[in-house]
Amino acid sequence: MEAIEVLNLTKKFNGFTAVDNISFSVHAGEIFAFLGPNGAGKTTTIKMLTTLLNQTKGSIRINGLDPQKQQDQVRRSFGIVFQDPSLDDELTAFENLEFHGVLYQVPQEKRRERIKELLQLVELWDRKHSLVKTFSGGMKRRLEIARGLLHHPQIFFLDEPTLGLDPQTRNRMWNYLQNLNKKENITIFFTTHYMEEAERIAQRVAIIDYGKIISLGKPDELIKETGKNSLEEAFLVLTGHAVRQEEAESIDQMRLHRRMWRRH
Amino acid sequence: MDVIYILWLRQLKRYLRSKSRIIGSLGQPVLFLFALGFGFGPIFQKAGQGNYIQFLTPGIIAMSILFTSIFSGIEIIWDRQFGFLKETLVAPVPRWQIMVGRTLGGATVATFQGLIVFVISLIAGFKPQNPAMLIFAFLIMILTAILFTALGTAIASILTDMQGFQLIMNFLIMPLFFLSGALFPLNGLPKILSILISLDPLSYGVDGLRGSLTGLSHYNLTVDFTVLIIISVILTGLGSYLFSKIQI
Repeated sequence: MEAIEVLNLTKKFNGFTAVDNISFSVHAGEIFAFLGPNGAGKTTTIKMLTTLLNQTKGSIRINGLDPQKQQDQVRRSFGIVFQDPSLDDELTAFENLEFHGVLYQVPQEKRRERIKELLQLVELWDRKHSLVKTFSGGMKRRLEIARGLLHHPQIFFLDEPTLGLDPQTRNRMWNYLQNLNKKENITIFFTTHYMEEAERIAQRVAIIDYGKIISLGKPDELIKETGKNSLEEAFLVLTGHAVRQEEAESIDQMRLHRRMWRRH
Repeated sequence: MDVIYILWLRQLKRYLRSKSRIIGSLGQPVLFLFALGFGFGPIFQKAGQGNYIQFLTPGIIAMSILFTSIFSGIEIIWDRQFGFLKETLVAPVPRWQIMVGRTLGGATVATFQGLIVFVISLIAGFKPQNPAMLIFAFLIMILTAILFTALGTAIASILTDMQGFQLIMNFLIMPLFFLSGALFPLNGLPKILSILISLDPLSYGVDGLRGSLTGLSHYNLTVDFTVLIIISVILTGLGSYLFSKIQI
């Protein structure tokens, strides 16, 4: 069975088509990268895959289940790291994981065991009782990864997980994820703007632009097709060099305020 | 139940850990209590209405509950984009439980704020008339807190960003406060003002507090309790419904 199956998926917001009739599937146990310029429809697609947004048209199957109709089963089957941090800064690392475990109904004993295992994996065990607001960006990302894995998901969604992280942290993060993918056969679906990352990590990539999938395949196939040397060059050939004029959305303004007022 | 409890606990932990926020949010009620209380005191006395601090204190307690409650509801706009709440929206739990847990948490925090203002008012010279009635004052505080946290949640579930916030401040929170009888007696007012005041749910919170703390009540305690309970139930239901429809 495919982990993710998307057929003719469309999302319109007041006449604007954010995602335009896309179809693709991700095999179970695969590492799949979803690439595209800003505003191409990546985050909107992830939101629909993860039950946060209803599609206008088309169908989605997550492990064979419908995110709209079998919401809770779908929710139990995936973990997610959002583009914007979603930890509670006023709580400790341990409390953040504990709360997640309660929400996902992981029994207490198993929960404590799993929290220890995961905090050790992401090397935050000795900081478990520190408030998250004292963490660096990289530590927060690692904690979010640990949290997303707590309930043993079969699919792991990561929306620009490495944004703003230094190469050391990025490297280490992908090490965990690749190990996990091998050991537990967990499917990984991620978006990124770092093309070398996608080229190195992903088994297949899809490139989305203006809401449409314009290319899909193994990184080296895309490179060969376009006659270039790297995925980054191939990406630029496929999507063009023009910088996207994106209207500043209210969410961008909120992000800005957040940077100004709260120093995370 | 676990979900409701853990969300309630989260709100409480956040509150107890941010001492600066507790102190900051007490600034306004304390200023109102001292500046208005002592400023208008002599004139209130001359008008034959007695001690103004005695009259004003229930209003200021209600005010601090109103502000803390609505803000804690409105915080959802922020929290669902950049906070823990977003995490809860993809969790396999019914949305109404998330809403109820968060509302109870916000309401508990607001009740605490009200209690702190009450203690401060004792320092300013406020004297509760009958200690046995304090339990009713406490219940009115809890109900008022639940009512306005649920209202804040309902509003925040419809708004998608902070743009509408100024509008809510000026056209909802301020009128709710000024038209509640928190600052002035309700006797002998122009008809239209009386009607507006009777439509403001906060009026019943203020009146209930004033009734149980000082023995002076305009509507009487039974009416206050009934109105507060009914509106709380309606708004919690409405808030849960709107909250469960949130898409982000």
